[in-house]
Amino acid sequence: MAKKTSDPSSTEIDMTPMIDMTFQLITFFMFVMNFSEAEQDDRIQLPMSQLAKPVDGPVEKPITLQLTNKGSVIYAGELIGLRDVSGYLEREKSVMIDAGKEPNTATVIVRADGAAKTGEVQDIIKICQEKGFEKFALRAKYDEGR
Amino acid sequence: MAHKKSQLSDKIDINMTPMIDVVFQLMSFFMCTLKIVAPEGDFDIRMPLGKSASAVVDDQQVPPIRVKLSAGPDGSLAGIAMNGNPIADFNELQRKVVSLVGKGRGPDSLADKTEVEMDCDYGLKYANVVRAITAISGTVQDGQIVELIKKIKFTPPKAGK
Repeated sequence: MAKKTSDPSSTEIDMTPMIDMTFQLITFFMFVMNFSEAEQDDRIQLPMSQLAKPVDGPVEKPITLQLTNKGSVIYAGELIGLRDVSGYLEREKSVMIDAGKEPNTATVIVRADGAAKTGEVQDIIKICQEKGFEKFALRAKYDEGR
Repeated sequence: MAHKKSQLSDKIDINMTPMIDVVFQLMSFFMCTLKIVAPEGDFDIRMPLGKSASAVVDDQQVPPIRVKLSAGPDGSLAGIAMNGNPIADFNELQRKVVSLVGKGRGPDSLADKTEVEMDCDYGLKYANVVRAITAISGTVQDGQIVELIKKIKFTPPKAGK
């Protein structure tokens, strides 16, 4: 055993730089990784705003409604019409009431495309209001500056 | 020199293989699960049904500022008006809001009590509304956000497209 380690002919690779690099990479990926389950969709081009700073913590029990520039709504990854939103919200509402929560405590996140019609955004808000939701969050992409 | 060499051979040989295995596993896990998320933020709006800003009568309430955004035929912004007075652009809108609410901030300040009611044309592109909300709700000075009016509401949508 002792002979083997002292054998000058055996080539020993110095692992230290490689391990250093690998740990650096791991730390980088760990920090960059995002565990939040933010609903994002490539079909939506959010409007930019300098004030849309990322929120510190995730919104509690949000309902995300995404409005495309064609006037249709993406709800839970599914493309639905503006008229169908009411039915889906009714279901959300009954789930909330079953869980002992009032709909007015939930936040509806509206991710509307920058080219969508404002009237359609307001229609969505109105449908939500009729179902008892009253907290809204209009989402925008953070614009880092001029 | 010879003394140093003998010391080296006395060193305990650690088997690195399992550690490197685990490290690579972790690295590939983090690499695969990496999702590049664009930073996004929210504008919070509280709008209960049947209570438009003008309907609430309260002694403490400051009369709401009405911002009208009108649209051209293609949905682009055709004009801005604040309490009926035409305004050239969003920078001027922001200056007017700043001059209205003053410099005071805090729970009981004018900026906290003032409400803005947005009246937008149906076909207006939504990006313009976000620009207006940005102008009304705050400014960025030296990288710091200075908040202006936080209470923003919409008038009920108008029918028709």
